[in-house]
Amino acid sequence: MAAMAGFALEFPPVSHVTEWPSIFGGDGPLAVNKVVILMWLSVALVFGLFYLASRRSQLVPSGVQNFAESIVDFVRDGVVLQTMGPDGLKFLPLLVMMFCFIFVTNIWEIIPVAQMPVNARVALPAYMGVLVWVLYNYMGIASQGFFGYFKSVLFPPGVPKALYILVTPIEFVSTIIVRPFSLAVRLFANMLAGHLLLVSFIVITSATFTLSLSLVIWPVSFGLLVALTGFEVLVSVLQAFIFTILTAVYIAGAMHPEH
Amino acid sequence: MSFTLQVLAQQEPGELAEGLTAVGRGIVYGAAAIGPGIGIGIVVGNAITAMARQPESAGMVRTTMFLGIAFTEALALFGFVLSFIVAG
Repeated sequence: MAAMAGFALEFPPVSHVTEWPSIFGGDGPLAVNKVVILMWLSVALVFGLFYLASRRSQLVPSGVQNFAESIVDFVRDGVVLQTMGPDGLKFLPLLVMMFCFIFVTNIWEIIPVAQMPVNARVALPAYMGVLVWVLYNYMGIASQGFFGYFKSVLFPPGVPKALYILVTPIEFVSTIIVRPFSLAVRLFANMLAGHLLLVSFIVITSATFTLSLSLVIWPVSFGLLVALTGFEVLVSVLQAFIFTILTAVYIAGAMHPEH
Repeated sequence: MSFTLQVLAQQEPGELAEGLTAVGRGIVYGAAAIGPGIGIGIVVGNAITAMARQPESAGMVRTTMFLGIAFTEALALFGFVLSFIVAG
């Protein structure tokens, strides 16, 4: 044990792996750092994919168009038709963009050189949470009227009159306040947790590499690092899918009240 | 007792608070993970039962299962974020 005494793992603090120095634009709120540049790259990638796919669209798709159409098909069959029904198809462009954009901003987590999920900073998830909140409330008010919408949200039918004392505050908090918050925090915390997990295993791997016992510990931590990288791909897809499907569920719930 | 006081007296001024903060962070996240852990187990277990009984509806069950996991998991993630907010 004496040989191990001088060995200590130095885990970087959270701020060290999520805060990046400003590249240009000063240090104020308009600062442009690595995260902002990755976000712009994601916008360009998603826009470029669908621009290339639609530029010379053919009846029998091939290449990029084939790929883009399979994404659209997946969102249409897996998200829109399952939760909103055929009259939700007007939201298909929004949901496809949302799915692709969140996936690309997440997948930077495991791309070498980038290695930073944009959604591990709360700004982008919070903005999208507010966007979804405005959208489903607007759709609810537009399709049921202001009082009709709040009546169906706050006083769900089929509940005994006396229980409204209990049900109405719960429904108000869960529908109006917690929904955008939980949407944003779910995406943000998942990506931050994944990022910290990868950072921890990279620190352990590089620290045990120089240790005398490296041949025992190092392959285990390196193997786990590789496995977790694969796991993070799954998490990126799953979080994009969950954000999209929850948006669809919220919009559908606001447009069609329970009978 | 006097030994404990001696040990405490030898420490740096902020060391005890720092250590207790770390323990508190661990408890915040650990406690927040108990309920969602049980909940996700129930959701996935019942989804597997449903898929085994009716394999033709597996696709629909899977989508609903992910929705249920997402709702249940949210509380654990609140705990995860709160554990960073707990200040020393």
